[in-house]
Amino acid sequence: MRSILHVDMNNFYASVECLYHPEIRNFPVAVAGDPLNRHGIILAKNMIAKKLGVTTGEAIWEAKLKAPGLVLVPPDYKKYIRFSRMAREIYYEYSDQVEAFGLDENWIDLTGSLSCMHSDPVAIADTIRRRVKEELGVTVSVGVSFNKIFAKLGSDLKKPDATTVIPFEHFKEIVWPLPVGDLLYVGRSTARQLELIAINTIGDLARTDVAILRRRLGKWGEILWFFANGMDTSPVRKISESEQIKSIGNGTTCPRDLQTEQDVRLVFTVLAESVAARLRDCCVKCRGVQIFLRDNSLFTLSRQKQMEIPCCTSAPILETAMELFRQHYRWPKPLRSVSLSAIYLVTASRHVQLSLFDDTAERLLVQEQLEKTIDKLRDRFGHDAITRASALLDPKLTGFNPKEDHTIHPYSYFR
Amino acid sequence: MKIPLKVNADFDLSGKIMPRSIEWEDGRVFAVDRVIDVRRAASLKAGGTGLRYICRICGRTVALFNDENKWFMEK
Repeated sequence: MRSILHVDMNNFYASVECLYHPEIRNFPVAVAGDPLNRHGIILAKNMIAKKLGVTTGEAIWEAKLKAPGLVLVPPDYKKYIRFSRMAREIYYEYSDQVEAFGLDENWIDLTGSLSCMHSDPVAIADTIRRRVKEELGVTVSVGVSFNKIFAKLGSDLKKPDATTVIPFEHFKEIVWPLPVGDLLYVGRSTARQLELIAINTIGDLARTDVAILRRRLGKWGEILWFFANGMDTSPVRKISESEQIKSIGNGTTCPRDLQTEQDVRLVFTVLAESVAARLRDCCVKCRGVQIFLRDNSLFTLSRQKQMEIPCCTSAPILETAMELFRQHYRWPKPLRSVSLSAIYLVTASRHVQLSLFDDTAERLLVQEQLEKTIDKLRDRFGHDAITRASALLDPKLTGFNPKEDHTIHPYSYFR
Repeated sequence: MKIPLKVNADFDLSGKIMPRSIEWEDGRVFAVDRVIDVRRAASLKAGGTGLRYICRICGRTVALFNDENKWFMEK
């Protein structure tokens, strides 16, 4: 039987801000984006704000209605990344199998460490909790269980600063009465679908015939059934195992609505440059592009397209994105936010097939050299040392640097 | 309350940093007589985290914090 911890830093961004600003600690506090740039949503809140009903993802004005004295703090991602790293340094003292799930959550597999530490998982969980509190000044909740899914579920059960144990012998009593939506990967839409077939708790899900779930939800049905029955066997990644990147993307909510194709092109240019530079950093090339559009009524649209020649330069990524955009968007409404992702990644070191009949691949290689030179210039002299003339057409729209501003990537369980 | 400090420190060959003297708000300089303990710790009172040096200065035990090379003391 494995011994796995899931450590979740409570109200992470807000806790770090409250640590650095003792004067606001006793007020409702929320970390929120800049409303002038139309990023005005709540990213995190402290316990006091939470008790008043403030939720992550809501607009600042909504939160202020619930908590009139709400103190708003802008996010400081560098600080959060530093805290995340310091927390992981503590976890690494207990195991070499530590896997991050976002900035504030980590799984730790203690199975191999227990014998040499002469301790039990709950005692180690409590030690980690105490150490993070003393050394970093923020609290964590820890779930202790025999697989990753239940460990995560455990860390969500008691907050803040608590340890929850879900042992194999008693998991049915603890987990099965919980609402099915508490299970990782059962979102609002899946929960709704499950409710239609009278599955309301995790126990209902576990007791349902797996064939019914497969028919209803496809392979997801089967995966969720395994999760509910405590049969998740996915390993906790080791330090040395680098994760396989499946896509690289950047997106932005623009300071004003995009009204014309030129506006979209300007924003896509900045995004394509960032995505291409990150592809080069990771030594990969993409064979496809995906765009994501959200209009000002928050209607969203996502489209993707494959490319013939793998690339890691901004021009073909931009052109493919614009082609997709022209094909699929007829301007029913102005656009509020756009994203661009490079997908179907392949290693950059593989050979390129040149064509006898045209020189596209050769031109791409030349372009690659040019963009690598730009990367070097930006590394040495800063991002603004060299920029496209087109970016000056609307500096407000293009005045962001997605590569360095805050590169916090979504994490997937299935990596 | 957080009191930012100017600190004179020794950097040894392995990169370890040891404070040797501190400059108080009014400009007075006090020598660090002894460093008793060094560990990572948070300062809830002053707000911040980093390496905490428990030192003897003029017969008193005080905690100096080094938060990314910015030094401070709790008041």
